[in-house]
This record gives sequence, structure tokens and C-alpha cells, in this order.
Amino acid sequence: MPEHCIKRRLRAGLVLALALLLGACGGGDYQTKGIEGLLPDLAFRLTSESGESLTAADLRGAPTVVFFGFTHCPDVCPTAMARIAAATEAAGKDLDGELQVLFVSVDPGRDTPQRLADYTDFFSDRVTGATAPVERLRELTKRYRATFGYDEPNEFGDYNVSHSSAMYVFDAEGHARALFRPSDSVAAMAADLRRIARS
Amino acid sequence: MNTLVTWLQPWEPSLPVFAACALAIGLYAVGLMRGATPGVWPALSYFVGVALIYAVTQTHYDYYSQYLFSAHRLQHLVLHHLGPFLIALAMPAGVLATALPARVRAWPQGRAAPLFGLLRRVYRLLQQPFIAGFLFVGIIYFWLTPEIHFDAMLSIDRYWFMNWTMLLDGLLFWWLIFERNDQGVTPRLSPGRRILLLALIMPPQIALGAYITFSSQNLFEIYDVCGRAFPIDPLLDQQIGGLITWIPASMMSVLAAVIVLAFRLRGRESDA
Repeated sequence: MPEHCIKRRLRAGLVLALALLLGACGGGDYQTKGIEGLLPDLAFRLTSESGESLTAADLRGAPTVVFFGFTHCPDVCPTAMARIAAATEAAGKDLDGELQVLFVSVDPGRDTPQRLADYTDFFSDRVTGATAPVERLRELTKRYRATFGYDEPNEFGDYNVSHSSAMYVFDAEGHARALFRPSDSVAAMAADLRRIARS
Repeated sequence: MNTLVTWLQPWEPSLPVFAACALAIGLYAVGLMRGATPGVWPALSYFVGVALIYAVTQTHYDYYSQYLFSAHRLQHLVLHHLGPFLIALAMPAGVLATALPARVRAWPQGRAAPLFGLLRRVYRLLQQPFIAGFLFVGIIYFWLTPEIHFDAMLSIDRYWFMNWTMLLDGLLFWWLIFERNDQGVTPRLSPGRRILLLALIMPPQIALGAYITFSSQNLFEIYDVCGRAFPIDPLLDQQIGGLITWIPASMMSVLAAVIVLAFRLRGRESDA
């Protein structure tokens, strides 16, 4: 093959690679953070707040918002739950009452199903609590590039838990669509929820 | 015992990284067995360089790199600075070439000659001092742009892409700095130009590290979004990460300059 031909091909390849790289960076036109193609589909096996087994298949057919937290959480979790409750309310009837918020506790040592049920009822009917043994929680959080960790307990046995502060939004088919960060506004979250519910 | 096994297990096994490290060690070992005599220190430098790269990517350390900004900065310090620095310092090309069968060594002169010619030209272009220095600093800035950093830490594919680019760029740069082979393809810079290049890459790294260290804002939201490996104040994590980007990274330039000078002096002595 003549050299100039190789060169042209190489240049075309480089342009294509660059275009792909830049094109893939967008993640869709979301007001929050679009994550299409960045994270895998929703899959899990947990124990729900009613003590029954809960899998991703049970939640298919409607968008699902997943949050990893713990009920003793002093700030991040209550704020996140209040924000998602406000966003679903603002999104209004477009959501059709189907949208589910899954509060996954990464503190199974303290969060019993009963405690989770009391906690989630406080925020919205859409919120369901669930948890699992630590090993299974590790697999689930790792799948979504998240983690959690525990502090040493103090003299009262209380301990802090580090966890993800984001909400992961999946559409009715379980595809990852958007990520709500603490910095995203409730209005932006509501707009994206409407958009994901419609499609 | 259990903890040791846990620590040695990769958090995210990556076949390309594992294969590259195995190949690097294997080829060098074969080169030594076939009679290459690089000396004890170069061989040690090479093995430690490869081992460090393996340790920060294919052990449980990688878990911390993914969930702590400071640990991530240390990982990149090894991938971009320390690991390639030690490998390039060992100048392993001769040993690796000895390991290759004669048939493979003849490839650049064979049918694929035009391809190798092109590769050589691209390589020499990347190794122009200005371009090499710009790439070395630019790639640190690129991956530390908050939005780009966010996606790179969120998607596992992009995470590995980021780490590979850091490693390859590190190898290119330090190879250029420590090149001492007369017949090589790498442009042979005078000691003065090497030291100038090493000096020029320092201020932008210092500026970036200082900016991160003294920022009162949480710049890299991804670590809150994904959760940290253990509860730690986000700003403290960021400050440690900033210091790692700032001090040891620029210290490597000073260390390299001293080594370049030492080579120069030794060269003079042997000439005399």
C-alpha cells in the first residue's frame, strides 16, 4: 500500500475516533446529568421494607429512581428524599403515579424492614425502602460505580456511613438515563422525570 | 492472611493491564536469560516500575483510587510519573529486543516497513520537546477538568481509557528525558534542553496542584456522587489530592534533572 494512502486512512481513523469520543460525551440532552451508555441497566435482588424479596423485574414498566442511603443519615438522605418528593410532585400528572423511588439502605445492621417502612412513609408514597446483606449491597453499588463505608462506632454505638449522594434514574425498561446530583435543581429534576416518563 | 489475599485481588480485573504487565516482565526476563546484561540497578528499576503500575491498578488499591480523590491522584502519580520514570530510567529497549526472536526484530525492515516508517514519524512528532511537554501537562489538565473527570470516574470503560492514556504519555515523556541510546528513534536532546523541558513542565503542575489544594469549593463532585471509600471531609480529601498533584509531581522534575546532570558528568569522565 502506498504510504500516502496509509496516511490518509490513519488521518480518517483519527478523525473518526475523536468524533466518537466527543459524541459519546454528551449523554443526551438532559437538564441534570445524562448517563445513557455510561452505566448498565437496572438489576438487583433486595429485601423490601415489607420483608419480601424485591427484584428489578418487579419495578419494570415505570421509571425507577434509586438512592443509596441509611435512615440514621443526618443530612444528605433526608435532603435527597425531600428533593425527589418535591420533584415528583412538580412533575405532576405526567408521571401517572407509576414512578417508584427505591431507597436502598447500605446500613443493613441498623435498618430493619420496619424501620425502613417508617422512614420512607414520612417522605412520599412513591418511596419504597429495601436492603440486603452487605456483600450483595457491595455488588449492587459497584455495578453503579458507587460505594459505601462505615466509621468506627462512638460510645453510644452510633457510627457514620459514607455513601453515594446521587439518585440514579432508570426508564421503564430499566435503562440508565439520568443522574441527579446534589447540585441539580428540583425544577431540572422534574423536567427530566417528565421526559423519561414520556419516552 | 485473609486480608493479604483481599488486598492482592484486583477490584476491577482488567485483562489488557494484566497482559501488558505480564508481557513487560516476561519479555525482560527472557532478555536477561538470553544474555542481556543491563546491570542490577537498571533491572531493579524496571521491575519496580512495572510492579508499581500493577499494584495501583490490579490490587485492592484501585478501589481507593476510584472512591477517594487523594488516592486517585496517587494512582496517577504512579501511572504518569513514578512508574514510567523508573521504566525509562532502566532504558530497557536493549533487553527487550534481545528477548524478541530475530524474525520479529526484522519486522521494521520487512513487508510492514511503510507502516513502521509511519509509526516512526508519528512517534518522532510526539517526541518533539514542545509537543511532548505540552502533552505531558495537557493530559493532567484534561482529565482533571471537572466534567470530564466526572464521566471518566462514572464509566468503567472511560476509567481504563484515562489510566492507559496517563501511562502511555508518561512512558513517552520520561523516555525522551532519559534516552541515552545513539541508534534509537527517539530524538536525542542535549542535557540542557532536557533540563529546560523538565523545568518548563513544573509551573503548570504547581499551579494546578496549588489551585486544587487552596480551593474552598468541592471541585470534583463525582466522589460525593459515588460515595467515598470511608467517611472523610471532602475538602480534606481534595487538599491531599491537590498536594500530591503539586509537590511530588514537580519534585520528579528536580530528581530527573539531577539524574540527567549525573549522566552528563559521567559521560565527560568516560570521555576524558
